[in-house]
Amino acid sequence: MDAMIMSNGSSDILHEIEKLKLEKEEIERRLSLLEAKLNRNPGEAVEMEVNRSCSSCLSMLDGHGEAVNGLNADMIYRYSRHLLLPDFGVEGQTNLAKSSILVVGAGGLGSPILLYLASCGVGCLGIVDDDIVELNNLHRQIIHPEAFVGHPKVKSAAASCRVRFSFRSWINSSIKLVVHNEALKGSNALDIVSKYDIVVDATDNLPSRYMISDCCVVLDKPLISGAALGMEGQLTVYHYKGGPCYRCLFPIPPPTAACQRCSDSGVLGVVPGVVGCLQALEAIKVASGIGETLSGRMLLFDALSSRIRIVNIRGRSLQCVTCGPNAIFTRQMFQAFDYEGFTQSSMSDKARPELHLLPESSRISCKEYKAVVDNREAHVLLDVRPSHHYRITALPDSINIPLPALEINVSLIDSSLKEATKVSGKEASLYVVCRRGNDSQRAVEYLSKNGFPMAKDIAGGLDSWVKDVDPSFPIY
Amino acid sequence: MVGGGGLDLLCNGVKIHHVDVPHKDQNRLEMRDLLAWVQSNLIKERPEMFIKEDSVRPGVLVLVNDCDWELCGGLGAELEEKDVVVFISTLHGG
Ligand SMILES: [Zn+2]
Repeated sequence: MDAMIMSNGSSDILHEIEKLKLEKEEIERRLSLLEAKLNRNPGEAVEMEVNRSCSSCLSMLDGHGEAVNGLNADMIYRYSRHLLLPDFGVEGQTNLAKSSILVVGAGGLGSPILLYLASCGVGCLGIVDDDIVELNNLHRQIIHPEAFVGHPKVKSAAASCRVRFSFRSWINSSIKLVVHNEALKGSNALDIVSKYDIVVDATDNLPSRYMISDCCVVLDKPLISGAALGMEGQLTVYHYKGGPCYRCLFPIPPPTAACQRCSDSGVLGVVPGVVGCLQALEAIKVASGIGETLSGRMLLFDALSSRIRIVNIRGRSLQCVTCGPNAIFTRQMFQAFDYEGFTQSSMSDKARPELHLLPESSRISCKEYKAVVDNREAHVLLDVRPSHHYRITALPDSINIPLPALEINVSLIDSSLKEATKVSGKEASLYVVCRRGNDSQRAVEYLSKNGFPMAKDIAGGLDSWVKDVDPSFPIY
Repeated sequence: MVGGGGLDLLCNGVKIHHVDVPHKDQNRLEMRDLLAWVQSNLIKERPEMFIKEDSVRPGVLVLVNDCDWELCGGLGAELEEKDVVVFISTLHGG
């Protein structure tokens, strides 16, 4: 009986083995078909990269036979969650694949914009920036790995974008990434921007914002504009479907004192992240043609109080010198326009205007001040930075009176000087320091007219102290 | 009344103000009246960062009930009880 059962059992097993062998053959046949396709595709993609301009590329999506809707099997799988959206679907995805988007700035805003646009299937993605990755960028510029500190931001950003889709390069052979390792300026903007359908402003300065907006009007491109500073963000879409441009809203630039930068005012890392994500979203909507964009509206984000306000803004201005009905803003005028002069502000964060308020007799260098300390000369060191700066780092034995509070604290300076004089038995001097050497000059100017004619500015502030005296002193 | 984009710094960092603005003409309070009142009652420092000539300085958006004041009469826009006015300075950072 046992033998019978075994015999019956082994015939069952033999049958099962035959069945599996047939299935294996079928699977191997399918595998080799797919592998043949895989080996064929990279070559095609390379050729197409070479021959393609940035404007559009749907033609390359068909021609594989299997895609009637312009999407091949790999794209269908990769973007399936987009395709499942009734409001987005195949049409949205193929529109994205046909579009080309230029992102100006690979910083805090540009980081999420580029990562999302590289991942979502935009046909051509351009990055323009001439900046270098710095360690103090990394808390918000999440596209840059630490290994790229000191390297061009566009290269670092492109590397991060490529790992979004090139780990199996054949899958997304439809996507092209173009790197412009230069600053976008009046002289090159027409050339660069004209190659794209949509522009995203992810810059960090006022003259660039006017320049990019004007360029988009001249070339008739929609502009997704975002900004972030401190704990706040702003976002809108300019020059789209009859909506206003940047100049319609801000025909006259603000005074330079109102133009704060992240390097002075700080920025919470996730704030540009949120704004950048929303910019990517608006860009995807414009590119795919779905939904309702922020054209004619502005989104105001207050991170500290968790408030988002969306307001209606004015339409295209009849008086606008760029996009108004009577405007004659030509390409030539655009190229000749002095945006830095117009805004009294620099496109580069590096070029800071140096203040020269004081005669040389009212200033000493950091090295000279070091000698004062080393020789134990009687003195008071007054630090006029804001108190939250003072808490980051400060020179030893300094007193902190922020510049705006100087006037009401004159008696404190007076008593500190008297104390120092008493301790040493010699007349104490007064030195004033700040972060970069501008506010300290303003302070010395005030003090010298208000009872402290011997007050001296430490030229170049703590920045120069690090450069000229103590490289280990913390810089921020 | 709400200030943002750094304008809150001109009012000791206070962002939201509930204000009761006295007005001479019993029937009508205009934006120009509010601006004058804000300037003399709320702005603690650097008034040039808020006002230029008789209007707001360039780069400040004024919103009455979430609507650009250019769309509702600018300086002449009429204000009513419980209206929400937002002054927001344009940001350029990124
Ligand atoms: Zn305009």
